[in-house]
Amino acid sequence: MSMLEAATAVRELTLAQAIREALAEEMRRDPRVFILGEDIAEAGHPFKVLSGLVEEFGAKRVLDTPISEAGFTGIAVGAAMTGMRPVIDIMFGDFIGLTMDQMVNQAAKIHYMSGGKWKAPLVMRTTLGATRRSAAQHSQSLHAWFCHIPGLKVVMPSTPYDAKGLLKSAIRDENPVVFFEDKMMYRLKGPVPDEEYTIPLGVADIKREGSDVTIIATSSMVQVALGAATLLEESGISAEVVDPRTLWPLDEKTLIESAKKTSRVIVVDEGYGRYGVTAELASVIQEGAFFDLEAPVKRMGAMHVPIPFSPPLEDVTVPTEQTVADAARALCGAS
Amino acid sequence: MTTAVNPSKPDSRTGADLYLHMYRRMLMIRLFEEQVNDLYTRALMPGLAHLYIGEEAVAVGVCEALRTDDYITSTHRGHGHCLAKGASVDLMFAELLGKEVGYCKGKGGSMHIADPATGNLGANAIVGGSTGIATGAAFSAQRLGTGQVAVCFFGEGALGQGVLYEVMNMAALWKLPVVYVCENNMYNEYTHFSETTAGDILARGPAFGVPSEAVDGQDVRAVYDVAKKLVERARAGDGPSLLLVNTYRYHGHHVGDVSREYYRSKQEEQQWKTERDPIRIMGDWLVSQGLADRAALDKLHGEVKAEIDHGVQFALAAPYPSPDKVDQDVYA
Repeated sequence: MSMLEAATAVRELTLAQAIREALAEEMRRDPRVFILGEDIAEAGHPFKVLSGLVEEFGAKRVLDTPISEAGFTGIAVGAAMTGMRPVIDIMFGDFIGLTMDQMVNQAAKIHYMSGGKWKAPLVMRTTLGATRRSAAQHSQSLHAWFCHIPGLKVVMPSTPYDAKGLLKSAIRDENPVVFFEDKMMYRLKGPVPDEEYTIPLGVADIKREGSDVTIIATSSMVQVALGAATLLEESGISAEVVDPRTLWPLDEKTLIESAKKTSRVIVVDEGYGRYGVTAELASVIQEGAFFDLEAPVKRMGAMHVPIPFSPPLEDVTVPTEQTVADAARALCGAS
Repeated sequence: MTTAVNPSKPDSRTGADLYLHMYRRMLMIRLFEEQVNDLYTRALMPGLAHLYIGEEAVAVGVCEALRTDDYITSTHRGHGHCLAKGASVDLMFAELLGKEVGYCKGKGGSMHIADPATGNLGANAIVGGSTGIATGAAFSAQRLGTGQVAVCFFGEGALGQGVLYEVMNMAALWKLPVVYVCENNMYNEYTHFSETTAGDILARGPAFGVPSEAVDGQDVRAVYDVAKKLVERARAGDGPSLLLVNTYRYHGHHVGDVSREYYRSKQEEQQWKTERDPIRIMGDWLVSQGLADRAALDKLHGEVKAEIDHGVQFALAAPYPSPDKVDQDVYA
């Protein structure tokens, strides 16, 4: 079978459909799984990611909550500790500030503080990503906050295929897992097989093989990195794109191996650079591949400003295919 | 060690048995806490502890109305709740001293005692931090149809936390089997509650359609009676309630808070100790009703003291966890 035939044989889903399918499959498989959040039942969530779920599973398993992020996150922690498998929906990633005590002091710590006696297997789904013209309180990428906390896992899918397989694993995980979805990618289509599958947390994926430079990219930045790799190919530079897929657990080995292979690394993540995910990943590379590097690791992320509203302002705050390609050329001495 | 009890069977103690049991439990908490204070003073206990002395009737009266498999969440001032729900003195002391055999393998300490065997979801050192957990446990009980009830103990300081009202709202909307027990010991740490709490505390529940009652927290029989009513109401599917228990903290905010004159008088403390002591009130009542005589109460005191002494010796002799355990139990 040719590659073209293989590709056409697999159906395509949007990222939103893949997430909905993962939730529906897990809710059919395990009656303990339920969803809590704002406007998620009949409304199906403002991004329509959850459309149809309340019709199949009923209002006892797809619950509209009051606008009380701290409260329903806390209820999810207690429900998770006592036998349920909550999936909570935080409409915008910017709202996680309201949930921080419940996630950081309660969910993340109960297993350790109780000497391993209690556990809190819950999933928080939320969003990241700018360029939707939504201004400073609906556009941030704050996943680094959770990466800092022992006891939490952080998942960053970049394709419909990964989103489905990773979400199913997150729901089955025994720990609190935060699952970030790029709100600009909900309509992105990609192949998702009919048959059931899961993707383990903690396994990176090489999205494109290359030999001259490694672009480590997360979530929204994976598509940007792939676009940059196409531009670089036109300049005769072969870029490898590596997607960690989960920030914790982190597949350090795959990142380091790619860095050793290409000897040049760019890390691209839509969060803030300062004290952020790119800082951590760059540190992993220099600790693991220092003597194989031809150049310092280059970091690219959101500018250190609140995300502005006006389009010409907002557009310069995040990396693009062009800026990533330019950085790669500079790193390869080809600018 | 925790007693093995059929979790589906409500506690069946009645009459004299029940009253003597409650007296004994209060005494156990009192002597436990006095021992904790002593360990701290002699520098044998790491860290701090927040003593429950004076408030014993609250935990005992409420927990006596619960089944073994009912849930509680506790607070930084939580030793009394844990013991009242059935925790073992030995393992409590071991945890307070940071020992491997303690309830949390020494990883939690005084403010984080947790014990699934007695339905203890954990003491919580964030004021108001466990209100969501208790409400979520009630959610599970309702969804799984187990008939369990969750009790959320919190101090009046937690009345200042917004999350309490968020979860109370949802508990009322969804008729969850949870009883919110507000222990008003009159002091938010070092500040009298009247300086921090506007309006009428008891009016806060009815604002959400949550029935609310107040009770004298120094009278264990009164606490038990009202708790039993509210717990059975929750178990019957009639939803959450708020119980305001008025009580008093004899000691400081924590064991190191010994000079308290700047926020309350010695005369006030003395008055509560001599006139409103929950153990004395219950002891006098037992004698007046002919359910026990002074000699029997003295004998009980001796037995409890022996149990406490044994627990301390057990904990002091127990080994610390080895440092290589530090990164275990981070993830399940």
